[in-house]
Amino acid sequence: MSAAPRARRARARVGPLVATHDPARVLDVDALLDDRSRSIIVCCGSGGVGKTTTSAALALRAAERGRKVVVLTIDPARRLAQSMGIEALDNTPRPVPDIDATAGGSLDAMMLDMKRTFDEVVQSQASPEKAAQILANPFYVAVSSSFAGTQEYMAMEKLGQLDAEARRTGAHDLIVVDTPPSRSALDFLDAPERLSSFLDGKFMRLLLAPARGPARLMTAGFGMVTNAVTKIIGAQVLQDMKAFVAAFDTLFGGFRARAQRTFELLQDRRTAFVVVAAPEPDALREAAYFVERLRSEDMPLAGLVVNRASSAPADGLTAHAALAAVERLRPAGRDDSEEHDLAAGLLRLHADRLTLVERERTLTARFATSHPDVPTAVLPALSTDVHDLDGLRRIGDLLGAQPAARRDAPRG
Amino acid sequence: MWVAAHSARSGAPGLYARGVPSPSRPPELFPGVQLHVVSGKGGTGKSTVSAALALALASRGKTVLLCEVEGRQGVAQLFDVPPLPYEERLLVRPQAGSGEVYALAIDPESALLEYLDMYYRLGRAGKALDRFGVIEFATTIAPGVRDVLLTGKVYEAANRNSRNKGARTYDAIVLDAPPTGRIAQFLNVNDELAGLAKVGPIKSQADTVTTLLRSERTVIHLVTVLEEMPVQETADGIEELRGTGLPVGAVVVNQVRPRDLDHDDRAALLAGSVDRSRLGSVLTGAGVEVTDELLAGLLDEGVQHAERRDLEDGQRALVRDLGVPVVELTRLASGVGGQDLGGLYELAEQLCTQGLA
Repeated sequence: MSAAPRARRARARVGPLVATHDPARVLDVDALLDDRSRSIIVCCGSGGVGKTTTSAALALRAAERGRKVVVLTIDPARRLAQSMGIEALDNTPRPVPDIDATAGGSLDAMMLDMKRTFDEVVQSQASPEKAAQILANPFYVAVSSSFAGTQEYMAMEKLGQLDAEARRTGAHDLIVVDTPPSRSALDFLDAPERLSSFLDGKFMRLLLAPARGPARLMTAGFGMVTNAVTKIIGAQVLQDMKAFVAAFDTLFGGFRARAQRTFELLQDRRTAFVVVAAPEPDALREAAYFVERLRSEDMPLAGLVVNRASSAPADGLTAHAALAAVERLRPAGRDDSEEHDLAAGLLRLHADRLTLVERERTLTARFATSHPDVPTAVLPALSTDVHDLDGLRRIGDLLGAQPAARRDAPRG
Repeated sequence: MWVAAHSARSGAPGLYARGVPSPSRPPELFPGVQLHVVSGKGGTGKSTVSAALALALASRGKTVLLCEVEGRQGVAQLFDVPPLPYEERLLVRPQAGSGEVYALAIDPESALLEYLDMYYRLGRAGKALDRFGVIEFATTIAPGVRDVLLTGKVYEAANRNSRNKGARTYDAIVLDAPPTGRIAQFLNVNDELAGLAKVGPIKSQADTVTTLLRSERTVIHLVTVLEEMPVQETADGIEELRGTGLPVGAVVVNQVRPRDLDHDDRAALLAGSVDRSRLGSVLTGAGVEVTDELLAGLLDEGVQHAERRDLEDGQRALVRDLGVPVVELTRLASGVGGQDLGGLYELAEQLCTQGLA
């Protein structure tokens, strides 16, 4: 079928072909944050892996190491947003209170307002009356507030704006961007392209054709198509769309150029991508696709952050031995049965933890085997949730304190 | 070729694990429901729960259709079968007894072409639509249309009519739906289109779908884990669903930690009042080579566990206050799905014994 699902259009895999046995590379987060030639860090990954928290933690750490940072978040948890002082969705960076500015850095944060960003683009591109006409069109309202790629596209648009602003005023020297919680991590790379191809697409041309287009389009095929479209979505929607397209027509070129610039910005060496994942098969699979995609688009990948990894003490007691010991625990005397319960519970916990650790390590190691040159930072799961600057600082410390060589990555 | 390349998975007797307690099996929480919609925050395991629920329903002798709509091929990955096409395929049949699970990956392009074919017999015009980019336009850009197509196909599977000759009818349908943040919008197709299509076939299609979604034949389950953000998102999701008149089913709490330590032990660990030497001698008695490092490690794990459990209990109380039935699934340390389906059958059993199926 020609109309194959878009999301997984077949792409060749990219890999080393045979496994190498070099030690896994470690992502040096502090070197990345201190590198003044990097002015954009984009955090991406599938939904629910802790992208927002990771990007906020990176931004805070960079600021406290002396960078002038602005972080663009998409949908932070309420308490985290509160502690960063960005409850108001006003599309403007606001200073984050209570950061340690002794190294000369600063931190501003903002939450993306997708519709507003879109409106501003329209207003900047069109004459006031034309802009008003577009903003009032029902089709525009729907596209700007619910089109599946709008959020992704507007995040990239906002990044472009922040970058231009930073270069002009020098108020910021590092932009950290969180990406929208897409179904797939790749969506946001495709969004600008998708939106601009929509705005510039065949169908849009077709809608305009009767008004001004060449007569050859007025073929039987075209009549058939218009009839079918009218049948399916109704004449009124078609009218709205035509009005929208007619008003938008002059902006098409501008939109395509902007999408192109965004793409180039993402390829620039000033940019670094940090792929975020959790030690779960789905998240790591998405991360693998993303890493390979960045490669094929020639986009600069800094490395992978694996969040919420389980850890276990290196005490030499295997899961098997722990469970065998539980079997041997038979209450000998009445007075120490409490210790027996505690001992059995601790041993079972230990076995469970080791199984989890082993499974996650295998998953992470497999990723490393397929992508041997991707520097990786592994973050242990914290036993408490993160919703304030102290929590972010703790994550930042863990990110900065990665061992020089990863000893826990089994090879081969 | 299909049969050779891919034979359906064959499940454990009665489909789910270990000692099916059929006499003691509780009554279903949602007996008259045909359509189970499963949503949840990203990363909480809604695809896993959907699959386990489909198995659990089939173990009641039902013919079940498991649908996915996000193009991720999550079902294929969970069951370790080749990618699913736009076609209902037998996924799991029981080793004994009745009840089967079929699977369908719905993509909007195929759904639109099928819809056009079923209702308009477009033939050549259908191809022309594709050539002019209309199919792509309608399925990726036109707001709301994509969702209407996806839910419309689910509706069609739930209400088979004469246009789809010879199609199978299902006792139950499990829809692995978009995440909580998008679920109300996804199911509330009517409102989504309202600003656009006020009349026309798309509008009436949306109306029919809405009638099913708001009826007693539908419930929407939300999957969460016992952490702050997912629980908050679940609470927000329930409020939003109720606000739009959509029927909330159960909250499925996934990945619940093992409960190997009782309250007193956890309190002692948190207070640091565990008698190390007695613990050490008990362990030695069980043949463990006890070192200071080992004791410290075990106690440290215990403390972390106790902290997490406290947090979980706090979140659990919030979940209980949501006013909907709560079902809990344990975290399986070895993972779920892929080549080993044991974990899925185990989760299905847990759903059965708690009445979700």
